[in-house]
Amino acid sequence: MSTAIGITGLIMNEPLIFESSSEGKRAVETPTSDVGDVRPEEFIAAELLRTDIAGFPEVSEVGVVRHFVRLSQWNYGVDTGFYPLGSCTMKYNPKVNEDIARLPGFARLHPYQPEEFSQGALQLMYELEEYLAEISGMDAVTLQPVAGAQGELCGMLMISAYFARQGRPRRKVIIPDTAHGTNPASVTLAGLTAVPVKSGSEGILTPDAVKGVMDEDTAGIMITNPNTLGLFERHIKEIADIVHEKGGFVYCDGANMNALLGVAKLGDMGVDVVHMNLHKTFSTPHGGGGPGSGPVGVKKELEPFVPVPRIVKKDSNYSLDYNKRDSIGRLRAFYGNFGVLVRAYAYIRAMGSEGLKKAAQMAVLNANYIKENLKSHYHLPFDQPCMHECVFSDKLQFEKGFSTMDIAKRLMDYGFHPPTTYFPLVVHDAIMIEPTETEDKGTLDGFIDAMKRIAEEDPELVKGAPHNTKTKRLDEAKAARNPVLKWRPGAKG
Amino acid sequence: MPYVPHTEKDIREMLRAIGAKSVEDLFRVVPEELRLKRPLVLPAGLSEQELVAEMKKLSATNATVDDHISFIGAGAYNHYIPSVVNHILLRSEFYTSYTPYQPEISQGTLQAVFEYQTLICQLTGMDVANASMYEGASATAEAILMARRINNRKKVVVSSALHPEYRDVVKTYLKAQPVVIEEIMHCNETGKTLPDAVERHIDEETSCLVVQQPNFFGCLEDLKSLGELARKNGAIFIVVIAEPLSLGLLKSPGEFGADIVVGEGQSLGNSLSFGGPYLGFFATREKYLRQMPGRLVGETTDKDGNRGFILTLSTREQHIRREKATSNICTNEGLCALAATVYLCALGKNGLMKLARLNLSKCEYLKKALQGIKGVKLAFNAPTFNEFVIELDREPEELLKILSGKGMWGGLPLKRFYPYLDRHILLCVTEMNTKAETDVLIDGLRGAL
Repeated sequence: MSTAIGITGLIMNEPLIFESSSEGKRAVETPTSDVGDVRPEEFIAAELLRTDIAGFPEVSEVGVVRHFVRLSQWNYGVDTGFYPLGSCTMKYNPKVNEDIARLPGFARLHPYQPEEFSQGALQLMYELEEYLAEISGMDAVTLQPVAGAQGELCGMLMISAYFARQGRPRRKVIIPDTAHGTNPASVTLAGLTAVPVKSGSEGILTPDAVKGVMDEDTAGIMITNPNTLGLFERHIKEIADIVHEKGGFVYCDGANMNALLGVAKLGDMGVDVVHMNLHKTFSTPHGGGGPGSGPVGVKKELEPFVPVPRIVKKDSNYSLDYNKRDSIGRLRAFYGNFGVLVRAYAYIRAMGSEGLKKAAQMAVLNANYIKENLKSHYHLPFDQPCMHECVFSDKLQFEKGFSTMDIAKRLMDYGFHPPTTYFPLVVHDAIMIEPTETEDKGTLDGFIDAMKRIAEEDPELVKGAPHNTKTKRLDEAKAARNPVLKWRPGAKG
Repeated sequence: MPYVPHTEKDIREMLRAIGAKSVEDLFRVVPEELRLKRPLVLPAGLSEQELVAEMKKLSATNATVDDHISFIGAGAYNHYIPSVVNHILLRSEFYTSYTPYQPEISQGTLQAVFEYQTLICQLTGMDVANASMYEGASATAEAILMARRINNRKKVVVSSALHPEYRDVVKTYLKAQPVVIEEIMHCNETGKTLPDAVERHIDEETSCLVVQQPNFFGCLEDLKSLGELARKNGAIFIVVIAEPLSLGLLKSPGEFGADIVVGEGQSLGNSLSFGGPYLGFFATREKYLRQMPGRLVGETTDKDGNRGFILTLSTREQHIRREKATSNICTNEGLCALAATVYLCALGKNGLMKLARLNLSKCEYLKKALQGIKGVKLAFNAPTFNEFVIELDREPEELLKILSGKGMWGGLPLKRFYPYLDRHILLCVTEMNTKAETDVLIDGLRGAL
């Protein structure tokens, strides 16, 4: 074992920006008016005008910069180290894509500037739709949804609209117990009812279970493949056939699509609608919780229902088409998270077909490597070949007196970000590890070593973790009992 | 292969440790007939240098708001973004991290969001704000869904001067809800949503009243009277703000009785970027806190008694509540909220107020000059902030083409959204439009009409 990379470093204390404010400071000067200064009262009734923004900060430029740089140092990112957060696909975010998204020809475009001046932007979007359709095996793609959950809503609304158009509305959607929490929430928002179905003893869905609940009032099934246990739903085709036979649709949550790039297409498995998380599979940064992008691919049958506007190519000219009678309408203003689309497009262009397949292969190799190496020390509820992630539980450690939460916190002391914990719900006290393909063997070995050492550590040491972080375990109950959600003048610093 | 670090030796050793014969062998759980037998049809991979060249070429086929003199706003505003904003956004501890589920190593994101929530409350006059929504339009839809959770009433009353694309999004989000959406026609003289007109729609069945401030035409609504009407009928008063710089000039909606204030935060340090990613903000009164969608950061202490921040009240959210959650939102727009936070701190109180006044001055300058041109008149007489509508003596397409030929984007024709406003253009003026540029537009219009 080499030296652990997690040691205490030079970490500064930093108050809230409001607490370091002093009257009269400012970082950025506003230009002097070249048209003279109007008196606002001449145009707007005085009682509507603001004379102060109580509590608003006043800080110098150095003050602003140091403040946020110090905050950034309290954060752990993919660029800091290994971030095996299951189902989140924390792969490396290529630096060059940050530069590309900031090119003026992408960043400085107004969404309503005349189309003839936005041809490159429209071309990029049009081609990205084509790439994503090819990768997922779908007939058409919309880039409008800005997150996976909005993609789910989009998919459910389209399916609903399809049945409404047929004059035979359906009310139910089947959702496996391994699904992400957004799935049932999106179904509800679309006015449908979630019908839960249990996965079988092997951790995957069985055709019989689906057959048991699928009927002609069921609009379809929402399936995640590979599922959140990291297992390939190998009966997916048969399940799709069962759903199709009763006239339903198969929706796939594409959150875990990283395992399938160039290996298999969801469209070939009977999937009719899929959302893809560009901020997972296609390397765009997670940004501390967004912005993401959740394009949705559909088969021909559902194409009339995709959101407007559509990007249309005629000869070599691109334009936006708002005229689609059956479209579910808009999910957001303008066209999608364009800046995120640019990064994903650049990623696909850099990787090419071969690169994407290699990414999937190495992601699966890494996950299996961790699984095989840790199963001697951690309980592995489903001992079978995994795809992009593997799920353990704290069963063996719990007997010794520490839990999933403690293991997660202790990993911080070793310099690693914890895996996803307590999800999926089907595994009691789950530890869900997704290494992604951008990590090398050396990093994985370091992580495996840390996990093994933790398993054998003094329970009291583990329960008190993290020991090396600037902030120790936080009182979650206190935050919820008496919510303090903003700074108040005079509050203690 | 870019971004994949494995050596052949690593791969061999790892396969041996797993007990697999080959990489393909790892995929044996994928049934043979489902496996792809050919390579994906995609352009060949590129080196970084080739990629940059290719992307520069593609980006150059677009024209930007820097190449043209642009007077287009309508929900996306061209403001100067101080250099510090981008430098902070490029701190990769911020942009390569996930949602702060592990607070001990996410205090940077958490404190920044706590500061963001505070800034939004200060600007809107609300008690609580969430960590962000997708963008203005879907935030508006979520506000309406929240109003329904509060009072479960069936009618939603929306001003026709709410951004047309926001109204479209509201319709999509409410598709499955048992509600009626009634649109109140704005006044053709003032450009405002008149209380009289609202009174004809609002009643005890009304869940919420939704207006935009300044409205889509740039006109200032009479929030006080509208708020009173909502209150009188027990409806939730939702104020939508598409241009939050206006809050540097105008009193907060909270002072006029708003129950929920939502809007688009792009103006605050986020680039135009062809319409996204943008920033939905969402704020409300304390008593409605538990009905609010989205993530919240709260203050607490760690086990040493030191102040720290943590995601809180997550029992409202989908990962706990699943189908009973207040919303399905999961990923939000964290980095855009960070941009807004840095932007607002960099401008500070006086900077923001001064910049808002500068926008007003520039806008009034153009307004005044246009009134002297034959064939142009102001469409509405309500006060405005940095946008307003003009009416021409003809349809504007030809004219806008001429101007565009001279390097100007002379505003947004409104016919696409309001067929009867077929000679109308929405113009926006910000601090980015110099007097010289504005004079070019004035001359251009004078010459063409």
